[in-house]
Amino acid sequence: MPSFANFGNELYTGKRSYNFVGAKKIWFIIAAVAVALSILIPVAKGGFNLGIEFRGGSEFTVSNVKTTDAAVGEKAVTDVVEGSVPRVANVAGTTMRIQTDKLTDDETLRIKEGLTSAYGVTDNEVTSTFVGPTWGADVTKQALIGLVIFVLLAAVLMAVYFRTWKMSLSAIAGMAVTMFVTAGVYALSDFEVTPSAIIGFLTVLSYSLYDTVVVFDKIRENTADVDASTRRTFAEEVNLAVNQTLVRSINTMMVAILPVGAILFIGAGLLGAGTLRDLSLALFVGILIGTAATIFIAAPMYAWLRQNEPDLVRQAKRVEHRRAESSSRSGSTAVEPAQA
Amino acid sequence: MARTGSKKPGLRVLVWLGVILAVLTAVLAGGTMAGQASWAPKLALDLEGGTQMILAPKVEGGSDINEEQLNQAVAIIRQRVDGSGVAEAEISTQSGRNVVVSLPGTPSSQTRDLIQASADMNFRPVLLNGAGAPVPEESRAPEDQLPKPAAEPTNGSDTNWITPEIYRQFEALDCDNPAQDEQERSDPAKPLVTCEPASGTNPAVKYILGPVEVKGSNIVTSSFQLQQGAQGAVTNEWAVNIQFDDEGTAKFKEVTERLNQFYVAAGGDTGNDPKAQFAIVLDDQVISAPRSLAVITDGRPQITGGFTEQSAKALSDQLRFGALPISFEIQSEQQISATLGGEQLRMGLLAGVIGLLLVVVYSLFQYRALGFVTIASLVVAGILTYLAIAILGWTENYRLSLAGVAGIIVAIGQTADSFIVYFERIRDELREGRGLVSAVENGWKRAKRTVLASKAVNLLAALVLYFVAVGNVRGFAFTLGLTAIADLIVVFMFTHPTLQLLARTKFFGEGHRLSGLDPKRLGAVPLYRGAGRIRTPEDKPAAVVPAKNAGAAAEAERRLTIAERRMAQKQEQLAGSSKSAAKETK
Repeated sequence: MPSFANFGNELYTGKRSYNFVGAKKIWFIIAAVAVALSILIPVAKGGFNLGIEFRGGSEFTVSNVKTTDAAVGEKAVTDVVEGSVPRVANVAGTTMRIQTDKLTDDETLRIKEGLTSAYGVTDNEVTSTFVGPTWGADVTKQALIGLVIFVLLAAVLMAVYFRTWKMSLSAIAGMAVTMFVTAGVYALSDFEVTPSAIIGFLTVLSYSLYDTVVVFDKIRENTADVDASTRRTFAEEVNLAVNQTLVRSINTMMVAILPVGAILFIGAGLLGAGTLRDLSLALFVGILIGTAATIFIAAPMYAWLRQNEPDLVRQAKRVEHRRAESSSRSGSTAVEPAQA
Repeated sequence: MARTGSKKPGLRVLVWLGVILAVLTAVLAGGTMAGQASWAPKLALDLEGGTQMILAPKVEGGSDINEEQLNQAVAIIRQRVDGSGVAEAEISTQSGRNVVVSLPGTPSSQTRDLIQASADMNFRPVLLNGAGAPVPEESRAPEDQLPKPAAEPTNGSDTNWITPEIYRQFEALDCDNPAQDEQERSDPAKPLVTCEPASGTNPAVKYILGPVEVKGSNIVTSSFQLQQGAQGAVTNEWAVNIQFDDEGTAKFKEVTERLNQFYVAAGGDTGNDPKAQFAIVLDDQVISAPRSLAVITDGRPQITGGFTEQSAKALSDQLRFGALPISFEIQSEQQISATLGGEQLRMGLLAGVIGLLLVVVYSLFQYRALGFVTIASLVVAGILTYLAIAILGWTENYRLSLAGVAGIIVAIGQTADSFIVYFERIRDELREGRGLVSAVENGWKRAKRTVLASKAVNLLAALVLYFVAVGNVRGFAFTLGLTAIADLIVVFMFTHPTLQLLARTKFFGEGHRLSGLDPKRLGAVPLYRGAGRIRTPEDKPAAVVPAKNAGAAAEAERRLTIAERRMAQKQEQLAGSSKSAAKETK
């Protein structure tokens, strides 16, 4: 595909340039709306669809069933526990999943027997899981503690590496947008929130910062001697760096998302709900949003945070002055680079 | 890096990588041959099938549990599970808060109750003792000689507790092969027939014990020390001290008053009346049965005799643990059939393979022949990860869970990113007009920093999650960290050296159309462009070239610095020489 290589060449030289930094207001508004929606959707839907790990209860999995009729499974449960409302679902092919409220050991065994005969399977094809209501909360609490510690440490790491806290702040802002929107999409999908989904979110967190660091490293390189240059303003240098790494961003996103997408669409189609599907949905959305957030949120925000620094204001004036001079002398309409 | 003078830079590093891989393979092969390791990575319960229980310890009164108590709890659970005859149970603590019990198969409800129950410690008087082995059938007491209670027992040491059934039970009890199906906890008001398991050089002993006289909850604390002699001098004998609360002190005084009489009546130290002993019983097993040498009135008995420092500490720990009844709440219990786990693993791997194939297609499409370097690098990273997991499964008992498999599949993307970053930098250098050999070196210098900085973020995430998180989040964090390290090794020791070598081949070095590094396709501007003009790599072509009419350009040029003038010249040339450039700038 010569055009893609050419695309990369033009992005590199700046011949083709997308105005990521200059149009920041648009991106910020889109992000704000997306974040607001992501908060409103779960609220409107009455919260997330919490998995059994958070509600607590018992879950039976019956494999190789003869019939995928949900009523059979419901009856097997209500025969033992009257008045209970089991959730019966055909999760994949010939596998049924039956979730109930918390059961006693005796009830569990009897329901297991009931399900075995109801679905015409052997004893070892029915498995049961019991989850205390605090387990999911416990996992989440520890995960949140981990998240906070990680974000703080990562902020320090980036501030030290890039030698400016403004990069840390921008990277974390981009990450926050990613997290909110991913959670919003997850709520919208009505997938159950399980510990696997939490794992997915944590990975997105790390991926999002990782992606930002790669792009920021190019920005650092491009803006290292911006003071001495009158060619581009600081914001333009940032924009050029984002454009120059655009091909890498697209390629990385594609390579990261292909296996995840394979799990989400192929694996989950075969397996139904479960660890892999929950995890891959969170990742799929997170990688897409995370890549976009780096380009549209983190980088423009960094340029915006620094644009009022006295040195850079002076530098921008010099650039402007030089351009004004050269264009007035040339007397022709010049195609100006991206305005920031 | 073999950059100085060597004709084949990178070769040495590649050899080193080969050595590392060979050593790891040899280690694993050695372990497999010794029968300890296996070529297949160990699978966690969710893939292998079995039951995993996550237990949260609960202390009566709701106070927090400390690490020492948790370790005690694990020891107790291990004893209970092993006692119930479940083979290969794994018991571990997690994040200093929970106890994870993994068992193959489905535990019986007795096993489950047993695991959950709080530690049950108490003190019972000994009525009768004997060697741990069962009495042979022929020498068992005949029916008419069985002890028959003549009256209601009047105190804990009254032999009227021993009924014919209890005696038969005592005769039949085999302490070396305890019954697999543990019964429910004994009734504290009734006598108990039980064993003291063999420990060290002491053989197993079985007992008939009277009813519970002092409860473990009456213990305030316990410690161990070197015994003090009569003159207060420290001897070489280890001793365990117990301290009872007020209730315990009163009861224990009563018990020792009675037991000490048996001791004195039997002739003091030379006597051998089992009724002078009291048994410390934990979970219905005797952990120690000392004789009562004196009446203890202050609630501070000292147990001595044949302790090593270790055994004294063990007993003291057990006593303290018994003093603090910890029960366990099942937080989650998961039973996975081996078929379901296997199916999940197969589907997960299938999806992973499909994803990987897509990555292969995409890299070849994007990077042509260079895509093969990506694929080869991924393969090497895969081998490294596999070896690490298999070896860790052997040495650290690391088990691969479904979350871990997902972590590895996810890592494909992040691993490939290192190569993408690197390749893009090389292409950037080519666009600057460098030759491939120097483009590889310069691109590497820049890419190295980026790769290190970004992998640091990944490693940080993996480390924090591993140490803070619980449950399968940990397994995931572990694989994430593992793959990040494998990735760094591969980028530094495989991808870069390979490119160094490839850069010197004709196919890549001359920028074959299919090499993915074709300077023409990359729109490279040669460093030397004739007419004595050498472009320095530092001044890149400007972003957008304003079109100029010649006169104005000359005027502007006069006002530029030398560097800027050179720039402008170059831009002009660019605009003139490249059709597409002219089109773009209008």
